[in-house]
Amino acid sequence: MPLESTIEPTPGQFYMVQTGSTLDPLLKRPFSYFRKTPETIQFLYAVKGKGTVQMKALKPGVEIQIIGPLGKGYPNPTRGHTPLLIAGGIGVASLFPLAERLRGKACFIYGAQCRNDLIFLDQMEGLGCELLTCTDDCSVGRGGKVTDILSSLLDSSKSGPYVLYSCGPKPMLSAVAEIAASRNMKGFASLEENMACGFGACMGCAVKTTRGYKRVCKEGPVFPIREIVW
Amino acid sequence: MDLSVNIGTLTLKNPVMTASGTFGYGEEYAEFLDLNLLGGIVAKGISRKPMEGNPAPRICETPCGMMNAIGLQNVGLKHFLAKKLPYLRQYDTKLIVNILGNSIPEYVKLAQALDQAGVDGIELNVSCPNVKRGGISFGTDRRSLAKLVSAVKVSVTSSVVITKLSPNVSSIPDFAKIAEDAGSDAISLINTIPALSIDTETWRPKLANVTGGLSGPAIKPIALRMVWEASRAVKIPVIGIGGILNTSDAVEFLLAGASAVQVGTGNFLNPHTTTEIIGGLSAYMERKNLRTIRDIIGKFQVP
Repeated sequence: MPLESTIEPTPGQFYMVQTGSTLDPLLKRPFSYFRKTPETIQFLYAVKGKGTVQMKALKPGVEIQIIGPLGKGYPNPTRGHTPLLIAGGIGVASLFPLAERLRGKACFIYGAQCRNDLIFLDQMEGLGCELLTCTDDCSVGRGGKVTDILSSLLDSSKSGPYVLYSCGPKPMLSAVAEIAASRNMKGFASLEENMACGFGACMGCAVKTTRGYKRVCKEGPVFPIREIVW
Repeated sequence: MDLSVNIGTLTLKNPVMTASGTFGYGEEYAEFLDLNLLGGIVAKGISRKPMEGNPAPRICETPCGMMNAIGLQNVGLKHFLAKKLPYLRQYDTKLIVNILGNSIPEYVKLAQALDQAGVDGIELNVSCPNVKRGGISFGTDRRSLAKLVSAVKVSVTSSVVITKLSPNVSSIPDFAKIAEDAGSDAISLINTIPALSIDTETWRPKLANVTGGLSGPAIKPIALRMVWEASRAVKIPVIGIGGILNTSDAVEFLLAGASAVQVGTGNFLNPHTTTEIIGGLSAYMERKNLRTIRDIIGKFQVP
């Protein structure tokens, strides 16, 4: 969509997007910042519920309200650490701009249920990072989970130490967190939670952390992965 | 054009306030709008000790509405007085603080501390559906409500006391009258309506708390009916709350008898909702050739 805003988003930040013009859905929906050109902002989304169905039906030229960029994005990798990005399914939307920034310096593990769900694969291949893919049904890449690839990479690799950046379904993130904890690794996870406002007022998106409840929209969506209480 | 309204001894520059729990302590909204424009800010509910709130998920959306079970997460009285109050005090708007407790002495202590700190008003939360003790148990029991309101009223010197009524009672006029008789300077209504939403894939509730409070335009007609009933039952000012998203919604509540309104869920969908309504009310007055907005309060004409 075209954009007048000049505020530069950081990978991992998000926007609240109005999906239609009626009162149902009532609330804006959070979408990760995916790509930006000087005049447009792009979101990558899966059509899942009422909001995204409406969004898909929006005609070019229709005016909608968006708020953003919001929240805290992915911090830069610390010196001497290789960034290792782990995306599950549509979680790729949030990690893509980070990979685009890091390019050859990063290693990217990307998994989904099947070939059709590994969206944007061609563009990912063009980025120049080391790309490892997997699907649950073995249709592309290795069979199995991103965490299987992660574990074997960590077992074999001599190019560490790594810092992890992950985004995907909650079970995947908690499995990554477990690996990070057992190997005493640094890492970050981008979380998703139902949100009403997106800018810190409703307290609806709070998640439990080792430092108490934190708002996904304000203190997150990117958290140090080992701070989350899963 | 005169947009000012009176809530007890308080004069608000316009009838548009924010509803407790939807505006935090103002900070998040200052990025979007000039808080000085508001008739009043109702700060998020404060308890004596900080409360951490309920587990996630805390909110879900329902047709034309949303459900929440935040669980009154708040910073507690001490932190509020030290950090949030000075922040809110920078603004030229009336400050009302919503309070909640598990016992009458707890409400009284909170009210006294805030009264001494000079807040303009205290809103008694006796209607939160999402915590186990306190809250709604005061709002749905006639004797407890009467006792609570009078205990708070005699313990404060200058703050206006507003009782926020629960919609979860058999008779709104009765409870409005109880609050008035016990000395409440005003009443505000409605709080959210206890509700349930089920995930048909997992067969589990959509909220970790199982039930939550329904808000948004879905409840507006119910709120409007209750505000109308309450305003006919009492002489004290009534503050209308429930699904207000735009000027015409606010006007409806004023016509039904509300002296002011609070915008809640509307702030979430559009952080500018309050200021857009304030602008819209001026335009409405001009169009209707009104000198003061007070001229429409309760002017609802029943055929």
